[in-house]
Amino acid sequence: MSELLKLLEQDGRLTPEQLSVMLDKEVGDIRAMIDDYEKQGVILGYQALIDWDKTDREYVSALIELRITPQRDRGFDRVAEKIYNYPEVKSLYLMSGSFDLAVMIEGRTMKEVALFVAQKIAPMDAIVSTSTHFVLCKYKDKGIIYGSREVDERGNSPI
Amino acid sequence: MIDYSRIISPAARDIRPSGIRRFFDLLESMKDVISLTVGQPDFETPWHIREAGIESLEKGKTYYTSNRGTPELRNEISAYLARRFGLSYSPDNEIIVTVGGSEAIDISIRTIVSPGDEVIIPMPAFVCYEPLVELAGGKPVLISTREENSFKLTPEELRSAITPKTKLLILPYPNNPTGAIMTEEDLEPIADVLRDTDIAVLSDEIYSELTFGRKHVSIATLEGMRERTVVASGFSKAYAMTGWRIGYVCAPREISDNMIKVHQYAIMCAPTTCQYAALEAMRNGDEDIEYMKNEYDRRRRYIVSGLRSIGLECFEPEGAFYVFPNISGFGMTSEQFAEKLLYEKGVAIVPGNAFGECGEGNARISYAYSVNHISKALERIESFVKAYR
Repeated sequence: MSELLKLLEQDGRLTPEQLSVMLDKEVGDIRAMIDDYEKQGVILGYQALIDWDKTDREYVSALIELRITPQRDRGFDRVAEKIYNYPEVKSLYLMSGSFDLAVMIEGRTMKEVALFVAQKIAPMDAIVSTSTHFVLCKYKDKGIIYGSREVDERGNSPI
Repeated sequence: MIDYSRIISPAARDIRPSGIRRFFDLLESMKDVISLTVGQPDFETPWHIREAGIESLEKGKTYYTSNRGTPELRNEISAYLARRFGLSYSPDNEIIVTVGGSEAIDISIRTIVSPGDEVIIPMPAFVCYEPLVELAGGKPVLISTREENSFKLTPEELRSAITPKTKLLILPYPNNPTGAIMTEEDLEPIADVLRDTDIAVLSDEIYSELTFGRKHVSIATLEGMRERTVVASGFSKAYAMTGWRIGYVCAPREISDNMIKVHQYAIMCAPTTCQYAALEAMRNGDEDIEYMKNEYDRRRRYIVSGLRSIGLECFEPEGAFYVFPNISGFGMTSEQFAEKLLYEKGVAIVPGNAFGECGEGNARISYAYSVNHISKALERIESFVKAYR
């Protein structure tokens, strides 16, 4: 039932009790459905969306474009696996177009990220070229606009 | 010094200020309040609709339109009303684009009501009808609808309110503040009371897209009703466009041709930018309505079940985005209840008597808020209810 998934995608903290009322279903059914989704790997996890710029954590992120020579039989999978096992790599996509893999990397400083690319990624056999783009400002992520505070601007005219 | 008492007209002077002004002043002076008072959607207008407004400005659409509104928009309103509610109005002479549903109500009343006419208003209701009737010199005749009738207007109540002076019945369903609706089965006996009379109906259908579980039925679709009915509606609630102030009013030509005179001298035409945005809304906004409606419906179920589980009696609303729980068991008036809740728990709700005396004993709670917001409010209301139960 995709409505349940959509609600959870918007707000992973909704409890089965809340969801059951909102969707007009038994709590037990909701629990079972969530359980199933988790077992089937449809729901992979629950995370908070954090604007690190508002904290004192030193933080940069970058998008690395990689061009790669695919390997016989395994295509891009083998090299992708080697890359995504690094905890610094936050996301990894195989792309159509002028490069092959898009890697999102997080680190404390630009230097740290650059070194990671130079020392860990670039030397891999299959890598033809790398191109690093640092994120300067995150405007919107996962459907949430960053930086905007939730202020209720609705005029409270009496009724 | 000029004597203002000689300047201000008695009609304006005698409009009663909202009885709960004091309550709202109090609310505004307080910080960290979780408010459930707002009577408008929390969604922003869908982007494609805003874009259409912006594009019209870029293209230099900055002139008056014809008094009734652009022909394109009137065509679209006509098609929309046929598509969604089975209503049939000619774009040429039966539809006027107005400055929100509010102007639609105002010009309807001003076109129909003469001094001394009686206007029947089922209460509790939105606050504008009574003063507008009085400004037109009419006499509001209030019917107190009852919670045990799910706040619907009954034919018996209507019949007993009719006199030879009755000119107009205002039918505000889906209802603000109760969330009540009138189904076809509810409307038929009302229509039956009116059929052989010269009484007109002003059907305020601004919440017509927000009914849950069943589709809204307009009284104008019932046999013999179209000829006497004025349908007032707008874009505010259906498309989350409150700030645009754009609505429309539909009536048989004989009525509409007179309404357009009031409209053209008071307003000229509805804002042009907003008409272009509204056009886009009606052309490509059905999915937006569906999305927002589903969202409201979930919140509705959430808040009704939440209120009931903490022991607040709550009639099941089937339309709009309000619940109207009964708080009469607490030994307080609605205002005392709302004020104490605000002072002690920092939650703001609207006392029911703001919508007429018969709203006493209830309170209006809006669920045009995120589930998270509602959930925090419910926690506080629960501890309040426990303390005073």
